[in-house]
Amino acid sequence: MADEALFLLLHNEMVSGVYKSAEQGEVENGRCITKLENMGFRVGQGLIERFTKDTARFKDELDIMKFICKDFWTTVFKKQIDNLRTNHQGIYVLQDNKFRLLTQMSSGKQYLEHASKYLAFTCGLIRGGLSNLGIKSIVTAEVSSMPACKFQVMIQKL
Amino acid sequence: MAVCIMVIVKENYPFYVRSIPVENELKFHSVVHTSLDLVDEKISAMGKALVDQRGLCPGLLYPTEDYKVYGYVTNSKVKFVTLVDSSNTAHRDNEICSMFWKLHNSYTDVTCNPFPNPGDRIRPRVFDNMVTSLMTQVC
Repeated sequence: MADEALFLLLHNEMVSGVYKSAEQGEVENGRCITKLENMGFRVGQGLIERFTKDTARFKDELDIMKFICKDFWTTVFKKQIDNLRTNHQGIYVLQDNKFRLLTQMSSGKQYLEHASKYLAFTCGLIRGGLSNLGIKSIVTAEVSSMPACKFQVMIQKL
Repeated sequence: MAVCIMVIVKENYPFYVRSIPVENELKFHSVVHTSLDLVDEKISAMGKALVDQRGLCPGLLYPTEDYKVYGYVTNSKVKFVTLVDSSNTAHRDNEICSMFWKLHNSYTDVTCNPFPNPGDRIRPRVFDNMVTSLMTQVC
């Protein structure tokens, strides 16, 4: 499907574009990641509004996380999250064994140091989606071996 | 005829207010504010039972002497409240529900606009025109 490749390529260009514009100014690495994450946040907010238009109301937090793992992930990345774990105290780990945005890069340890740049946008996506559903969270990602990656969601209880 | 339409964000302040005639806006603010409690009540009452598709449209909140108040909540805790003239008693629930559906669709388009920040009180023209057509049509 052409639209899958479109988003992939656009995302890659977005990451390199943000880093290139950073080289001209004197911005540290962290700011680029924040920029990408904020972009993802805004997109996630709008996306969630559209996707939850037709769904029934969510019963609780776990229901919302399951929605993110199944419907949301399927609509954005055309596959579901492979594994969801939680400690029932506000921490969820979403594991994707074949993350779409990383499959083209490598299938092992090569280019591991650059992986975090390509995960920032998706972290923001999850955070933005959850924020519009009324959940404040911090989302981080880690990669031990491409293309599998884990997103850790820490719910902030107010 | 719909007399007032209000969109309330999850932080519970009105994101968009539109009323005909415009002078009564303050009065409508207080009516809608009190009806917010009813919306929350209905949601928490429904939460225990099985939720189905229709769950999003609780419908008639309460009738006052001049107006009837209808509510609708989205999954992202955005509430739409409408005040309708009591004299037109021929309204059916699904008419009101379909009106809220159109509102929801337009609101989704508004949120996807990248220029204003979420929470800014703006009056996007497309949304405005759609609301005008809804208000004059529901009668």
